[in-house]
Amino acid sequence: MTKMDKPSAFSRRALLKGAVVVSVGAPLALDTLLSMNAAQAQGSKPPLMPDQLSSYIAINADGTVSAFFGKMDMGHGLFVAIGQMVAEELDVPFKAVTVFMGDTATSVNQGGASGSTGIQLGGRQMRMAAAEARRVLVEMAAEKLNTPADQLIVVNGVVSAAFNRDKKTSYAELIGGRYFNVQLDWNKQWGNPLYAPGKAQPKPHTAHKIVGKPIKREDVAPKVFCQEDYCTDIKVPGMVHGRVIRPAVAGAVPVKVDEGSIKDIPGVKVVWEKDFLGLVAEHEWNAVKAAEKLKVEWSNAAPAFPETGGIYDHIRKAPVRKRSEEGKPAGNVDDAFRSAARIVEAEYEWPFQSHASMGPACALVEIKDGQATCWTGSQKSHFVRDGVAVMLGLPPDKVRAIWVPGPGAYGRNDAGDAAMDAAVLAKATGRPVRLQYMRDQGTGWDPKGPASIHRARAAIDAAGNVIGYDFLSKGFSRIDVLMNESKAADTLAGHLLGAKLTVNDGFGVPAEVYEFANKRVAWETIAPLLERASPLRSAHLRDPVGPQIHFASESFMDEVAHAVGADPVEFRLKHLKAPRDIAVIKAAAERAGWQTRTSPRRDQTGSKVSGRGIAYSQRNGTVCAVVAEVDIDRSTGKIWARKFTVAHDCGQIINPDGLAKCIEGNIVQGTSRTLWEETTFDKQAVTSVDWITYPILDISETPETIDCVLINRPEAAPTGAGEPSIRPVAAAIANAIFDATGVRIRRVPFSPDRVKQALS
Amino acid sequence: MASDFTLNVNGKQHRVNADPDMPLLYALRNDIGLNNPKFGCGLAQCGACTVHIDGQPVRSCVTPVSDAANRKIVTLAGLGTPEKPHPLQTAYIEEQVPQCGYCINGWIMTAAALLAENKKPTEAEIKQALDGLKCRCGTHVSILKAVKRAAMMG
Repeated sequence: MTKMDKPSAFSRRALLKGAVVVSVGAPLALDTLLSMNAAQAQGSKPPLMPDQLSSYIAINADGTVSAFFGKMDMGHGLFVAIGQMVAEELDVPFKAVTVFMGDTATSVNQGGASGSTGIQLGGRQMRMAAAEARRVLVEMAAEKLNTPADQLIVVNGVVSAAFNRDKKTSYAELIGGRYFNVQLDWNKQWGNPLYAPGKAQPKPHTAHKIVGKPIKREDVAPKVFCQEDYCTDIKVPGMVHGRVIRPAVAGAVPVKVDEGSIKDIPGVKVVWEKDFLGLVAEHEWNAVKAAEKLKVEWSNAAPAFPETGGIYDHIRKAPVRKRSEEGKPAGNVDDAFRSAARIVEAEYEWPFQSHASMGPACALVEIKDGQATCWTGSQKSHFVRDGVAVMLGLPPDKVRAIWVPGPGAYGRNDAGDAAMDAAVLAKATGRPVRLQYMRDQGTGWDPKGPASIHRARAAIDAAGNVIGYDFLSKGFSRIDVLMNESKAADTLAGHLLGAKLTVNDGFGVPAEVYEFANKRVAWETIAPLLERASPLRSAHLRDPVGPQIHFASESFMDEVAHAVGADPVEFRLKHLKAPRDIAVIKAAAERAGWQTRTSPRRDQTGSKVSGRGIAYSQRNGTVCAVVAEVDIDRSTGKIWARKFTVAHDCGQIINPDGLAKCIEGNIVQGTSRTLWEETTFDKQAVTSVDWITYPILDISETPETIDCVLINRPEAAPTGAGEPSIRPVAAAIANAIFDATGVRIRRVPFSPDRVKQALS
Repeated sequence: MASDFTLNVNGKQHRVNADPDMPLLYALRNDIGLNNPKFGCGLAQCGACTVHIDGQPVRSCVTPVSDAANRKIVTLAGLGTPEKPHPLQTAYIEEQVPQCGYCINGWIMTAAALLAENKKPTEAEIKQALDGLKCRCGTHVSILKAVKRAAMMG
């Protein structure tokens, strides 16, 4: 059994009936929660609601613990950290805890994988629930042992009198196999903000024995020995394979479908409903072939896009749909610029980017007896449940969504759309449908990270002090489609079936605390290029708009440092007062052996040069500084981001090994997005549709070293790590290129052609 | 026109009735029920579907099933078991390499073929052998560590 057992091992029937129910004190015991069939007749489980302790924690008959988590792991070992937090509070061995994730039949909606809140918000709740479970168990033991609760100690799930260790009982004896029936103080919020503490306080950090330890993931062995299913591997009896057919011209819809064109391919059924076009086949290869061969006449759609190169001019000229100034404005920025001795200004550009997950998304939907089940790789299965319910016209409680690891997820990728498309096909055909997109659909039609431009200005007085700072992002909204798939309007299937669209504006501002006397940070959004079923619709991609904003803001800090003749580290430290921000910058610089001097270097000749650059940012309580050391071949324009030194402070560290791996992925993916990634398009369609046209970092370009300085603050609540360290990567590389060459590159990606051109 | 083919996969014979042009990947996944090779691109660009045919790493998503018939096919599941792991599987666990893990067939099967021919490859030789494989989660640093560790073990 792995730590991450999937609740799909449970009996679906039992779960849908909410069958296993025994409240505290009821006499019947269950073997374990996994033997739910046998348990079906034995009482009633409290409702699966956020205000019930049983929704998070159960003690099995053998004393092991099941933790039911309404978020899920996207490959960083989150379930290990959650297991550590739960085991710590309950005083049971780590190995006694199994974390079940992302099944709507066993967990409440804690928001799914979202905004790096797995530990910060999800873990906080699980910690409080486990602490409350321990409190309740100790009270039960106090009654049973006729000993005051404050004279009891718990070791490995055994409760004993502190002064007479023979006077003891165990969690298994107290409640094993039966459910807690304990009310929590729920804040009536769903998703990320859900919080439902009990009466117990969690342990002080000084008592932690399991939290903070480097415990390994137990799901690696099942993966390398092929014992674990991905969502692409789930099969059910009677299942057919689905494919969808997308137009060659964005915005075109089918007007004529010639089913005769695929009559020689056996077992195919075409599904054409309004503008939605797909098909199913008994054999997957036949579905693939039929989707390729099906002759479709499409409507004439007006070209919706400027070509790739024209996107930044489009953004500059496009009317502003919404403007927002965020953060605390300081002073009078306009006055500062009027009185400035000189002004430094620059503009930066960031392209549309694709999730380009390792495999195109897959989902399986089965409709049976008025109920539906969806197996999905989406990182928000509770919202998938709601979306599938909308698509099928069922109440949400008749739909169960089961998260199964998918082929990568870095936000609102194509997984949500796949689930809805599978639901439409299953409803139309009356068969369970497994749908996997093809590569071009995964890369070409997933929701994109938005393209944007960023204008930064600094006012400098005669003495070289920065007296004003003005930063403005302008781009496509980061939420053309919202961060989950619970509403039809946020899915391709919904768009194609005529859902009423909504307008959603969102962007962001730099997350730093530079103390300039006069400071303004703002954003502006513009309308999407194509409103309905656009392959360039924007949505959350890992650290939504963080890489682009901080590429600009932290590149600009170096430009200002250069303008005033300051070392980039020294310049940042001069304008920061926040101790944790100062600490990460100092830690990264010190570990990297940063020598105080101005950029660029002037001591290099020849075509191969190298440089160093720093960037820093915050993200929802986490602070991170990155030093990049980069080699550049001026003759080819090729960049090798050779070494990264990362100082990372996310409060209390739950599992340092998991954290380091998480940072490693952020740095490499951030390097890939900086050096290579750009969604390209012509006037009619997205043209980056595979790994040739949407290149990512190759093994030959892998950094030699990623050196992490993990700053542990056990006294501080843990904050997120899934995204903060991708934020400063692009600027750190850009600053290193400037250090090496004296040339400032202000447009991502830094592909060899672009770098070579910039250097010539 | 569908025909019968005999596929020798991980030491077992399987009879498959399929279109000769159908990629081997679909036969392995759907007809034989081996889920480990993954569909990543269908274009031989990522490696997620990699298997060995007669000891050489091939992309099963573009290899016609007719070309694979009567040859020795090994998938990741046939490379080693928990009881008798391949050094690369052990190294992957030790180094805690995968994140989403969807890419691992490509890296492990390609590296296994390299190590079978070159027991002590240099870093440059490792990178050259693995060139072109994709990992979207960014586990490249750990992948290189694992391959080097496996080479030390072998």
